[in-house]
Amino acid sequence: MKLELRSITKRFGSLVANENVSLTVQPGEIHCLLGENGAGKSTLMNVLYGLYQADGGEILLDDKVVKFSGPGDAMAAGIGMVHQHFMLIPVFTVAENVILGHEPTKFGGVLDMAAARAKVREISDQFGFDLDPDAIVGDLPVGVQQRVEIVKALISNAQILVFDEPTAVLTPQETDELMAIMKALRDRGTAIVFITHKLREVKEVADKITVLRLGKVVGEASPDESASDLASMMVGRAVDLEISKSPAKLGDLSFVVSGLSAVSHSGTKVLDDVSFEIHQGEILVIAGVQGNGQTELTEAILGLMPKATGSIKLNGQELLGRPVKQVLDLGVGFVPEDRTDDGLVADFTIAENLILDRADRKPFVKGLNLQLKYLREFATKLVKEFDVRTQSIDTKAGKLSGGNQQKVVLARELSRELKLLVASQPTRGLDVGSIEFVHEQIVNTRNSGLPVLIVATELDEAVQLGDRIAVMYRGKIVGIVPSTTPREVLGQMMAGITA
Amino acid sequence: MKTLKRGAIRVPIILSVLTLITLWVAAIAPGGETTIQINSNATATGAAGEAFRFANIITSTAFSAWLTFGLTLLATALAWWFALTGRVASRWLSIGFGVVFVFNILISLFNGQTMTITALLHGSLSLAVPLIFGSLAGVLSERVGLVNIAIEGQLLAGAFVSAMVATLVQNPWVGLIGAMVAGAFVSWLLAVFAIRYVVDQIIIGVVLNVLVIGLTNFMFSTFMSANSQVFNAPPRLPSFDVPGLAQIPVIGPVFFSQTPIVYLMYVAVIGVWFALYKTRWGLRLRAVGEYPKAADTVGIKVYATRYRSVMIGGALAGLGGAFFTIGQSLAFGKEMTNGAGYIALAALIFGRWNPIYAAFAGLLFGFAENLQYSLSTVGSHVPSDFLLMLPYVLTVVLVAGLVGKVTGPAAAGKAYIKS
Amino acid sequence: MSDKMKTQKTEAPVGRFSGLARELFTGNALIPVLAVLASFLVGGILIALSNENVQATAGYFFARPGDMLSAIWQSVFGAYDALFRGSIYNYHADNFGDGILSLTQTLAYSTPITIAGLGLAVAFRSGLFNIGGTGQIIVGAVGSTIIALYVPIWPGPLHFLVAVLAGILGGALFGGFVGFLKATTGANEVIVTIMFNYIAVYLLHYSLTSWLKAPLASNPQSSPIPQDALYPSLAGPDYPLHLGFIVMLLAVAAVWWLMNRSSVGFHFRALGHNPSASKVAGVNIGRTYFLVMAVSGALAGLAGTSQILGTEKYLGTGVAATYGFDAITVALLGRSNPVGVLAAGILFGGLRAGAVTMQANQNVPIDIVYVVQSMIVLFIAAPPLVRSIFFMPKSKEARA
Repeated sequence: MKLELRSITKRFGSLVANENVSLTVQPGEIHCLLGENGAGKSTLMNVLYGLYQADGGEILLDDKVVKFSGPGDAMAAGIGMVHQHFMLIPVFTVAENVILGHEPTKFGGVLDMAAARAKVREISDQFGFDLDPDAIVGDLPVGVQQRVEIVKALISNAQILVFDEPTAVLTPQETDELMAIMKALRDRGTAIVFITHKLREVKEVADKITVLRLGKVVGEASPDESASDLASMMVGRAVDLEISKSPAKLGDLSFVVSGLSAVSHSGTKVLDDVSFEIHQGEILVIAGVQGNGQTELTEAILGLMPKATGSIKLNGQELLGRPVKQVLDLGVGFVPEDRTDDGLVADFTIAENLILDRADRKPFVKGLNLQLKYLREFATKLVKEFDVRTQSIDTKAGKLSGGNQQKVVLARELSRELKLLVASQPTRGLDVGSIEFVHEQIVNTRNSGLPVLIVATELDEAVQLGDRIAVMYRGKIVGIVPSTTPREVLGQMMAGITA
Repeated sequence: MKTLKRGAIRVPIILSVLTLITLWVAAIAPGGETTIQINSNATATGAAGEAFRFANIITSTAFSAWLTFGLTLLATALAWWFALTGRVASRWLSIGFGVVFVFNILISLFNGQTMTITALLHGSLSLAVPLIFGSLAGVLSERVGLVNIAIEGQLLAGAFVSAMVATLVQNPWVGLIGAMVAGAFVSWLLAVFAIRYVVDQIIIGVVLNVLVIGLTNFMFSTFMSANSQVFNAPPRLPSFDVPGLAQIPVIGPVFFSQTPIVYLMYVAVIGVWFALYKTRWGLRLRAVGEYPKAADTVGIKVYATRYRSVMIGGALAGLGGAFFTIGQSLAFGKEMTNGAGYIALAALIFGRWNPIYAAFAGLLFGFAENLQYSLSTVGSHVPSDFLLMLPYVLTVVLVAGLVGKVTGPAAAGKAYIKS
Repeated sequence: MSDKMKTQKTEAPVGRFSGLARELFTGNALIPVLAVLASFLVGGILIALSNENVQATAGYFFARPGDMLSAIWQSVFGAYDALFRGSIYNYHADNFGDGILSLTQTLAYSTPITIAGLGLAVAFRSGLFNIGGTGQIIVGAVGSTIIALYVPIWPGPLHFLVAVLAGILGGALFGGFVGFLKATTGANEVIVTIMFNYIAVYLLHYSLTSWLKAPLASNPQSSPIPQDALYPSLAGPDYPLHLGFIVMLLAVAAVWWLMNRSSVGFHFRALGHNPSASKVAGVNIGRTYFLVMAVSGALAGLAGTSQILGTEKYLGTGVAATYGFDAITVALLGRSNPVGVLAAGILFGGLRAGAVTMQANQNVPIDIVYVVQSMIVLFIAAPPLVRSIFFMPKSKEARA
């Protein structure tokens, strides 16, 4: 089926998310929608899928105008979607998740689970997925969950499939497999829209590329164009994809983690004998697919996993077993992976967020009295220093863009007297300008002689930022290698294969 | 020794503590005798009577207390053995323990008196009816993602409207329908404020309860009590025996010689269970309560599903409310539900959001409440306040995690806002 | 390029004054006032409907509509006139002293409501739903009763002070225990506080029928509180106003300072808005849960003392009355802001005081107060509803 979007416009209040976006996808074509975070790709697809109503423009399927008042209409018309955040219900089985919305029934309403299982097996066998229809989805690894999501999108015989940033959670191997699946679907005549901001993937599978910037189509491109050309189209100016970084000047050994292990609530080992060390003036990147223990590692360092065993020593002092407060006092700076959840209080002002960790410390408090005047001076200074674009320090942090929010977090953490910086996916979801700023701050921190620990899920970032790379897989460090290691080797390590 | 899972020894520890209590009860057991009558009193049974009668058991109270202590000791030992050898103890062990434990205490309390098993159970069931209907309302509401603190208000509205409507038209069946409409209306209000106006569901629940109390009290005082013959003398729903089943000893008189509301309750419990777990309707309902956005993306109408489910629940709670009035041929009284809605909430949590389990939890709480009445008639000196407290204490113990982690539907309490 | 996005997203600078002006123009500041008005309107309808004259004249409405309209006017005006006379100033009284008695009654009623409401406001702003005001008031009241009745070894003022402290401590412990359970086991505070309310009610009933019972009383109640443990009267024996009223004003100021100017309150609010960010920033979440609930419970306990040691002067089963619920509505109406809570508390105190007169003079059941009160909260919680009732334009957020 041919898909055409004509002059789609979608506004959220004063924010224009899509402006006059037009796009044509032919059957048997993989059409890449390339753009930065916040360029309006997902909004556009949600309009197509009936989740949002467009403020202008129309959708055509095989040259006929269609109107979707909800996802049900879109699905009925043959559109399927593999969502970035899986639309799966963790407590349901695979079969229940797959049939939700078009359940096979008997006696007018009673679920026919036998038919459901058969259907799941049928589709999953076509692609060699090997799914157990009775497995509880929440227990499955992320890669398998995505397959459930794909089967779910296919069950209603979708002719048009949208993949929304599908590779964010996959290992390089799983990504390759997904690419193969997409190609197989294309060869069956399915029209595929592939949303991404990763140039490498675009170049690999795209038949056609449409680039979106600030809600507008800035042009079409062919996959033959160079990565840097695509990047500058995406960002709107020439971008230097490389991080400029002088060679590391290693100081003393400073941060030593040894034999760190931890068990999750459900009893699985999330950290398994993790050991590594970082020198002063060095960046160690923990690379790996999300969910392989990186989050737990940073939490253990911060003191959020009191039951972890082993040892975490910063300049000879044991951190493990200390409450968060003490860990912070010993000079650990922490940039959490989810800044809106863990980094900021959205309803607090910028100024309040800047003292979140020290509201009970002099000079911000005397007795129990907050020193508001001092706080304002302090906040004004930091906002300027870290180039937070805001009208006032009294603006609520939740109103800031992602990049500015991250600057607030960085400002807070770097304004403490640090002995170590830990940053988890510090550029996730940021625009390129902010990414550059964050990278610069991290490199500066390292150049000032601090040990830096970065968690990265994107290989590009890991390779460019790290002086060394430690790859994590299922709670273990698979190996620690120089950042010059070939990508293929790193990719294999991320899948648990030791070199 | 193999590493013990944390929590594996939780059950044996609890059983050990309770066994110590049985030991204490046995040690202080009075020297009299207790008569245990299993069947109902011949005069009280329906026309058919039970198929056969057990002989009354007359036993030494002290002997029984020591015997039950021995049994609990045995069960505890078994539980420890299971735990230490890494096996999973059957749930029946805990249930059996519970029955013996209760028996141990009862027999001492009834020392010198006749303990009629059927009467105890019958009374428990009666008191459990509104609780079970209420907990079903909670199940249907929370499973679809709305926290329902307003069960109390739904029960009370059902009680009020059923009494008034049944009196006005002189027909208890119409009163039942009125009760369902009233309960559904209160839950509709809950849904409107929670869904359309995105008001916090807990606030709205608490406020609705007070609103219903205020309105029913106001109307009761202004016209209902003054003209009770016109507004507040509901005819009784006739109770009847289910042919065949009513003759089963013990079970018959307890469960199958009842008013139609009770039979409706059986149907409702099974029906809600079946609908939730075996039908398309239930699958979608639960999907909405777990992850509304996921349901939305497959074309399920989240808001409509919520409204519908919550209102069906409200109608059931209304039936439960009707049991206070036309179910027992009683006139409506101010605040007559007296917190039953909150106990229903407790039963819902106790039953882990499952209609069948919630029904059993409702029975358990009904039993505790009934015990207070039975004991006061035999002149026992256990303060009734402590028995009345029991459901609440049990619930706190439960949610504080002694019986394991209790988690409800993931999206309950959270508004779903479509962009 | 990202600059463009930013200017679109960030707000224009908002000073204190222009914020207020905008609130007035868009009607946000009007909402509470209109919510109260709408609720009185609903109350008026109920009063009219239940009035016998109205019912009688309705029978021949089409023949003489004026009769019914005047009956409606008389019933509603009569009721609200009585409400005014009972709560603010009784202009039928012979002298000013008797007339102003109503206002002092309002202030006396508003004392426990406001104090308990402050407690709820502290919890709300810290992200915790303390439905347990009833239980905490009871435990606080029992605590101060025990000191007042059974520990009379101190001289006058000290006896009173210790009795009040015991009430505060009782509420704080009972509330704090909920916070402790939440911190250690994750138990949902809404469920636990609801259950604790009932447990407290039954414990109180048990106590008042056994060890706390006054020797000769036929009802479950304690002996009268001795004079030296009572709140001193503020306006002489003819008026119900006692020192508790001053304590209430102090509590308003204290809560304002705590939540807006102290580091403890900063952590409370941070926890309320985002527990996980607070945790990452080194806030001890468990201790803060405990502290929030303890402070909230302490205020409820203090409210209990003003009942026992100020107004009722003995402990009865009705000590908590509806104050647990009133506190919730007051905190919501006052938007959890201490001064707002004070205003809401005085409003509801007035409703309580006036309702007594309304019942006595006009035969309007006191329960109308529950109705009006819960309607107010419903309207407050749903501004769009109020806007549509009064045909106001949609708010900025709603249009966007």
